[in-house]
Amino acid sequence: MAIIEIREISKVYRLGEIAVNALNAVTLSIERGEFAAIMGPSGSGKSTFMNILGCLDKPTSGGYLLEGADVSGLKRDDLAAIRNKKIGFVFQGFNLLPRTSAIENVELPMLYNGVSIKERRGRAEAALGKVGLSGRGNHHPSQLSGGQQQRVAIARSLVNDAPIILADEPTGNLDTKTSAEVMELFVKLNTESNITVILVTHEHDIAAYSRRIIKFLDGNIVSDEPKTKT
Amino acid sequence: MINIPSTIKISFRSLRVNKMRSGLTMLGIVIGVGAVITMIAVGTGASQRIEEQISSMGSNLLMILPGATTAGGVRMGMGTQPTLSMGDAEAIQKECASVSYVAPNLGGVTQVIYGSQNWSTGITGTTPDMLYVRDWTLSQGRPFAEEDVRNASKVCMPGQTVVDNLFGNENPIGQIIRIKNVPFTVIGVLDKKGQSPTGQDQDDTIFIPVTAAQKKIFGTAFPGMVRIIMVKAKSMEDLYTAEKEITELLRQRHRIGDRQDNDFTVRNLTQAMQASEQSGKIMTLLLGAIASVSLLVGGIGIMNIMLVSVTERTREIGIRMAVGARTWDIRLQFIIESLILSLIGGAFGIIAGIAGSKMLSMLAGWPTIVSPLSISLAFGFSGVVGIFFGFYPAYKASLLDPIDALRYE
Repeated sequence: MAIIEIREISKVYRLGEIAVNALNAVTLSIERGEFAAIMGPSGSGKSTFMNILGCLDKPTSGGYLLEGADVSGLKRDDLAAIRNKKIGFVFQGFNLLPRTSAIENVELPMLYNGVSIKERRGRAEAALGKVGLSGRGNHHPSQLSGGQQQRVAIARSLVNDAPIILADEPTGNLDTKTSAEVMELFVKLNTESNITVILVTHEHDIAAYSRRIIKFLDGNIVSDEPKTKT
Repeated sequence: MINIPSTIKISFRSLRVNKMRSGLTMLGIVIGVGAVITMIAVGTGASQRIEEQISSMGSNLLMILPGATTAGGVRMGMGTQPTLSMGDAEAIQKECASVSYVAPNLGGVTQVIYGSQNWSTGITGTTPDMLYVRDWTLSQGRPFAEEDVRNASKVCMPGQTVVDNLFGNENPIGQIIRIKNVPFTVIGVLDKKGQSPTGQDQDDTIFIPVTAAQKKIFGTAFPGMVRIIMVKAKSMEDLYTAEKEITELLRQRHRIGDRQDNDFTVRNLTQAMQASEQSGKIMTLLLGAIASVSLLVGGIGIMNIMLVSVTERTREIGIRMAVGARTWDIRLQFIIESLILSLIGGAFGIIAGIAGSKMLSMLAGWPTIVSPLSISLAFGFSGVVGIFFGFYPAYKASLLDPIDALRYE
């Protein structure tokens, strides 16, 4: 069974009198353990699609089965719980809490699902270890480089053992070398921990790390093919 | 499940980030709570003083005054007609069931002499029951007895002020003082009572048997005449009945016809005092209410800052929502933050309130009483203010759209 099953979802934004179709009946399924890249120009609907995929937004119509359960009609707090347990987010701008140590940033998702203080610290340290930042837990984001900050964000997405990581242009703010390091980390997590990784990117070099490329244009999927060349 | 200890920790951190701002916001609550505590302390102090003065007068007290004389159409004022007598006092004691003690009173101001010292003071000719009527005790010696009244014995009980002025450090018991040149033996000293509600020194007096006052000092137009009769009712509830019984009895004794006015007046002192006590309590309430307005203003300050804080931290709220914070996780975080602000402010406010009350006592000389009740009330109220004014900003934060919040710059 596919981990993500999208059936004919549409998203319509109303801007006064005008209705804008951000997504037109998109259907897609992604299997557990896939590494997919979503590409497309601005306004193609890929961001809207990612928001729905990440349970941050609800589709106007259509169905979304996440691990076999329909989440398209869930309420705000139920969606929050799904995000907490099943989806790890990695953003272009890192989105770490300022003035808060790396370890506490990693602990953040566990604040909202009742993990005990003791267990939190242990799991956060383990997650930092996985991204190669053990020992940096007490640094604040401002004391870390961009690559390190993004790895703290990845550690945060791992800490609740979410089966899916959604990365929205994760290398957009990083230089080429650091980008490569971060992408290697995603590949490692994908192959070693069988985490489903879905990433949005403009860059073909970055998309090349994935094994499937989905292209959006004007709210439709225009191509969806496995990457053949390595 | 909501994680309270972690939420508290987060709140403290974000308050520390803006120390100046948090401090100033707290100041509003500090002033509010301080003002409430101080004002209530002032009010309670004032009503406590009134209460003390009332109880120093004696409780459940009635005062019977003679009526006014009318000479050629000119009415001479209360107490000018010599209508009350010892017989009236005795009759009240015997006939009125709701009365416990009766003490007649005949007196005046005159000079007393001891050795080379002299002093002008109020002489009160009365019976031993006066001590019960006024709830008065002796600090030393013994009171005069019924027998002394029958024999018009020349014995006296001076108050503390008189003792201080005549005797200094000498022991007054057994000494002889001269009142209008009549020698009286000091047999007891009245306990210190302090000021009356009207500000008179109650200790500046000498008690002597009423008969001695009538026959040896003041002389009276009619035998057995007295100026005032003081009556103690059996209880607070009996005061009204006693007033009625006495009025009826005295009308009968003075042979006053149905359509004639009384030739005496019964005054209920306790009721008058209670009215002033009541107004003291109302004043406390009023002061507290005015002070709580400043607490309210402090609360609005908290709300203002929390609204700013929510806007500033929109992105943080977005991040928290993305990683799974539910509506109440976000709400509680901001409510707890505002609660911490107001409770810390409240704690400092208690200190400020106590210090303020002490200062008023010292500088202005007002009696102030800081009651534990007013402290807990003000502190509790500051907590309520924190929750109340924190709720709207928290509610606003929880309604943010996570996508917009994450994009917020």
